[in-house]
Amino acid sequence: MITYDFLQHYWWFLIALLGGLLVFLLFVQGGNALIFIAGKDERQRELIVNSTGRKWELTFTTLVTFGGAFFASFPLFYSTSFGGAYWVWILILITFVFQAVSYEFQSKVGNILGRTTFRVFLTLNGCLAPLLIGTAVGTFFTGSQFYVDKSAVGDIASPVISRWANEWHGLEAVAEPFNVIFGVMVLLLAVSLGALYMINNIDDSKLDKNLRRALIYSFGGFLIAFLAVCYKLITMNGFAVDASGVVYLEAGKYFNNLLDMPVVFAMLLLGAVLLVGGVAMTLLKANSKRGIWLAAPGTVLAVMALFMIVGYNNTAYYPSTADLQSSLMLSNSSSSEFTLRTMAVVSLIIPFVVAYIAYFWRQMDKKSITSKELDHSDKY
Amino acid sequence: MVETALVDWSRLQFALTAGYHWIFVPLTLGLAVIMATMESIYVKTGDEFWKKTAKFWMKLFAINFAVGIATGIILEFEFGTNWSNYSWFVGDIFGAPLAIEGIFAFFMEATFFAVMFFGWDKVSKRFHLAATWLTGIGAAISAIWILIANAWMQHPVGMEFNPDTVRHEMVDFWALVLNPVAISKFFHSVFSGWMTGAIFVIGISCWYLLRKRERRFALASIRVAAIVGIVGTFAVMFSGDSSGVHAAKYQPMKLAAAEGLEKGGEGAPFSIVPGVEIPGMLSVLATHDIDGYVPGIEDILDGYTTSDGVSYPSAEEKIARGKSAIEAFGRYRELRDSNPEEAAAAREVLDANIDYFGYGYIDSRDELVPPVDLIYWAFRVMVGLGGALLLLMFVVLWAERRKRLEDMRWLLWIALLSIPLVYIAGQAGWIVAEVGRQPWVIEGLLPVKAAVSSVSVGAVKTTFFLFVAIFTLFLAIEMRIMIKAIKHGPNIEQ
Repeated sequence: MITYDFLQHYWWFLIALLGGLLVFLLFVQGGNALIFIAGKDERQRELIVNSTGRKWELTFTTLVTFGGAFFASFPLFYSTSFGGAYWVWILILITFVFQAVSYEFQSKVGNILGRTTFRVFLTLNGCLAPLLIGTAVGTFFTGSQFYVDKSAVGDIASPVISRWANEWHGLEAVAEPFNVIFGVMVLLLAVSLGALYMINNIDDSKLDKNLRRALIYSFGGFLIAFLAVCYKLITMNGFAVDASGVVYLEAGKYFNNLLDMPVVFAMLLLGAVLLVGGVAMTLLKANSKRGIWLAAPGTVLAVMALFMIVGYNNTAYYPSTADLQSSLMLSNSSSSEFTLRTMAVVSLIIPFVVAYIAYFWRQMDKKSITSKELDHSDKY
Repeated sequence: MVETALVDWSRLQFALTAGYHWIFVPLTLGLAVIMATMESIYVKTGDEFWKKTAKFWMKLFAINFAVGIATGIILEFEFGTNWSNYSWFVGDIFGAPLAIEGIFAFFMEATFFAVMFFGWDKVSKRFHLAATWLTGIGAAISAIWILIANAWMQHPVGMEFNPDTVRHEMVDFWALVLNPVAISKFFHSVFSGWMTGAIFVIGISCWYLLRKRERRFALASIRVAAIVGIVGTFAVMFSGDSSGVHAAKYQPMKLAAAEGLEKGGEGAPFSIVPGVEIPGMLSVLATHDIDGYVPGIEDILDGYTTSDGVSYPSAEEKIARGKSAIEAFGRYRELRDSNPEEAAAAREVLDANIDYFGYGYIDSRDELVPPVDLIYWAFRVMVGLGGALLLLMFVVLWAERRKRLEDMRWLLWIALLSIPLVYIAGQAGWIVAEVGRQPWVIEGLLPVKAAVSSVSVGAVKTTFFLFVAIFTLFLAIEMRIMIKAIKHGPNIEQ
């Protein structure tokens, strides 16, 4: 029976899936963070830009679709978070805006700012976007300061439903160490995935060596941040919702959610194992290039599990620390049953979209990018 | 209290982003068709010349495409960052087309764009051609969904207000998709993109002819572009006609403002410029009947009755009914748990006046009149330039077919100098559409001042100037890169 409750959970599953795919596709950002670190000379930097440059639009599109899907399925999150945590989202957008033009502009004659400047833009996007997105997602666990009052629509002079409770409009998230560690974790994961992707996608022995070295440091850092986040998730209070919709703090809520949802627990563990396995096989075997294909599903599974922990099992996924009862949960922030049902039918096309992307990805990436190819065919 | 300055700066920021976005989008839509046509000729004939010709325009397409994407992402998220109340109040309906746009169109564009640029040596000829067409089709599909969303704001259909969730909720998806305003808006916008692409290609090709360079390339490009442009312009004219009829039906104030029509009536005249009118013409355009009734601004404010006997209330009555609706909404929310009977009575009042809900936020009748002069002149600029550009394309195509184009240097200069005009026409069109519906973000339901986010004026001012700087920088860089690329040329004849 497809109930309203089922549809809300189904749409949260799709949000989790899009979130997982987005974090995986942040390998583009992670790769760009390495332009000046792994790219020791002009040719190596060119290889990096051309490798990530053939996938950047997928990351960008996934981000846009993630936003669109949130808008369609949980519009109160869209209105509350985007209108409230104004500066965080504006900063994220600006870094993506600079990225969008930088690939095309960086090597063109007449680009005014010069090639290096555009590559710096790519690097800045590569570092800041995962960091900021991760920090913003961290607030799903620690909470933000906002009020939601739908009756405000009846106030003719000031009919605003969602209000942020401070003047920092989202920047205050960095004052909470967990959010920052979460952001750093996402950044280091993106860098690791970027290195893994380029090891697979670029055929250049010197660059390969640099990427493997970068992978050791980034993944080592990621593991430390990941363990810190896991420890905190197990021990921290979470924002639970009782049967009447009242939000309250529950000790160890997120760990309890894992225990209550063994499938999600298994997804998280399997995701972590695949991720570590992908990195391990790359680092332990010098000629191994396929680590990304273990790490990619691992990332998607692990991120999906995190979204499920924070959204399922009577949990407020976007809690308010200013007013607990303003917190957003699946039931009070979703679209209507009709819209979710209609959109659920639309979502049936997603497997087809994923399939054709995978097919064309395969067609384009059958052969790794080589230095020779850049001399003889179209490039950024 | 929502500050007027916050509403103004938020509007300005959105207008800035949308205006910049619409510099890049129409060229994407138009160039996609032109270069795909060229590549089709290449695949059919096997003539390398057409491949090189298509590749040159693809190069310019890519430069332009990137900035379109950059401005587009800001636009999508501004619904949340700057219009958060709007996002909740109508997100149940508006979010769906935006999500579908992403799933259906953006992934198609993203995937095939990469194949189109980097796949020449990786996939077969036909496969590559399909990718080029699919990139253009993806762009057009994305236009469908965002324009369905926009059309819904101009003529909201397929929804009901739910006072428990405090929002409008979708009840008929197909009413949303098949909204007549959406259909004419889609054709009007997409085919205006064909015009833009055509004038762009013709103008640049004429520059090559003026410089006596790339002769074959320029003439072939002109031929393809002029045909695409002429077809596009006729489609723009037909869809523009139905847009006029829809405005008369659903947004009479917009039409009255676009005509500067203070007092209307049957057999209303069409104003060419102030003081020069064609009797009865506005009635023909708005109702397809020379005796059709078209209300003027004062009629709409005072209330009027059409020739078929339908009466429309005055502004004062609409405002009063809107305030009743909002007051009843408040009472319903207050009493729904404690006093179900009283709440039901309040609900009845609300339902009876729901069509005027948005008017409850309006303070005076003057607020209901959009800036008439701006819309009046924007409309004339759009139509006048559209007509002139159609004539230009006919003349250029005629001269090219007669092999006289290269000798008509004055025509080559006009074509070159017309490139900015097509952009001005496009911007003017959006001014008519968007400024013309003020003060509404959703016609009759939600005025802009009830739709904004609760952020400080200073924050919006800061982001506004930040975006001005970023977008202007991008535009300057794009133009410089394009000019360099054009000067360098396709080099086909060397």
